[in-house]
Amino acid sequence: MARLESVQVPLGACVPSSAAPVTTVTSRHSALVRVTHWITTLCFLALLVSGVEIVISHPRFYWGETGNVLTTPLFKLPIPSSRALVPTGYGYVLPDQNGWSRYLHFQAAWVVVLTGLLYIVSALFTGHLRKNLLPGKPDRSLRAFSTAIAHHLRFERPSEAEAWSYNMLQRLTYLFVIFILFPLVIWTGLAMSPAFVSAVPATVTLLGGQQSARTIHFFVSLALLLFVLVHVVMVCLAGFRSRMRAMITGRAGTHMERT
Amino acid sequence: MTDLSRRKLIIGGLAATAGVSGLGLAARIARRYGLIPPDHGGIYGLGETLTYASQRLLTRHSLAREFHPSQISKRPLANEIPPLNEAFKRLQAGGFADWRLSVNGMVDRPASFSLAQLRSYPSRSQITQLQCEEGWSYIAEWIGVPLSHVLEVVGIHSQARFVVYFSIDPNWWESIDMADALHPQTFLTYGMNGNELPVGNGGPLRMRLPRQLGYKSVKFITNLTVTDSLKSFGKGLGSASPETGYAWYAGI
Repeated sequence: MARLESVQVPLGACVPSSAAPVTTVTSRHSALVRVTHWITTLCFLALLVSGVEIVISHPRFYWGETGNVLTTPLFKLPIPSSRALVPTGYGYVLPDQNGWSRYLHFQAAWVVVLTGLLYIVSALFTGHLRKNLLPGKPDRSLRAFSTAIAHHLRFERPSEAEAWSYNMLQRLTYLFVIFILFPLVIWTGLAMSPAFVSAVPATVTLLGGQQSARTIHFFVSLALLLFVLVHVVMVCLAGFRSRMRAMITGRAGTHMERT
Repeated sequence: MTDLSRRKLIIGGLAATAGVSGLGLAARIARRYGLIPPDHGGIYGLGETLTYASQRLLTRHSLAREFHPSQISKRPLANEIPPLNEAFKRLQAGGFADWRLSVNGMVDRPASFSLAQLRSYPSRSQITQLQCEEGWSYIAEWIGVPLSHVLEVVGIHSQARFVVYFSIDPNWWESIDMADALHPQTFLTYGMNGNELPVGNGGPLRMRLPRQLGYKSVKFITNLTVTDSLKSFGKGLGSASPETGYAWYAGI
């Protein structure tokens, strides 16, 4: 019983590679991490597609409280619009897809926020945060940081230990995404809600206005998209099949398969 | 392995039972307190219900931000409007002297008001933002009579739950719950920035509620109906917006 349970717990970074079982199939990601990962993936795609559709109806960005086609934008996206009101330089207007896009955007936002809360709470209680996300003691130095970056820049294949837990750059990136980008994208999203800001005006005033919130929301979304693209590239470099299997079945596979 | 599976099965079963009964209870409480939007059906019902219910609990009495006169947009954008119909053009030719707002449904004294009558009621103004679902916005001073005052004049029944409002354009109608209908910033608006409300911005009479997106602030209002159910209006989704794919509740 006890032996079986210990297999279910993801192994920490402290596990030396020699201690990793060579032929035994071992849990790489806990069931909760796997389920929340894929729900988040689906929600991100839904938010991305619907977010793009919403932006198309007004591909201009402003700073401050207000902005419209009669005011000077901070910048414009060089794309056609789904509204005739917006001067884009294109001779045509795209079909309006805002209705379902807005429904989907807010539904996916709810699901991803609740999923994220479940993940954070469980990460705190199971030790996932401490063991797998916060950099290990030996990694908390500038030298370790620069070494890790150098390894990455040379596109070196991940070490044996990294098949079992995240390396320092991964940890810092995940921490940044989970504790900086996600809260920021939720905050700037709420700052655009006329009802929510009536109850909590600081949500929007701290950002300098509703149009500023919209602009920041756009850039934070771009940062999240960049993270996802790099994440997928890294998964491919590290071994697409084994990493996908680890995130779907939880099994890291055998030593032979990983190398 | 069998032990583990059985334990997991039991725990999972208990969790699922608790979850389902919890959801059932939540749905009953939500219905009891009017926290379910009329367009709660379909695949996006979950998100819509969560948004509407949480904001109803959070924002029942909150006031939209009001701005300093110096923040009023120099040119209040008049958004595109569908071509105005013959009825509107006739009234416009007469300087809107014959424009009427009829109020009926669950009221003690159904009435029809002229613009002059509405102007004779206590006038209020608010400098608030109009925010379009597309992303643009402007700030203006909106002048009008609070909807709550008109509802007081006609005397609404205690079981009233929604106010449905209609534009002179028959395809354009919306509805709001009583929390929004009685909210102090919900106006029947006839003026803007010290002048009459221009036609491009919804004149001569526009519903204005700054805590929801612009499409709930319907232009050219001619009729209000007070009701306890939205089922008999259009397709029963609450307003014309869900019928064209947009959410009924637009507080986001």
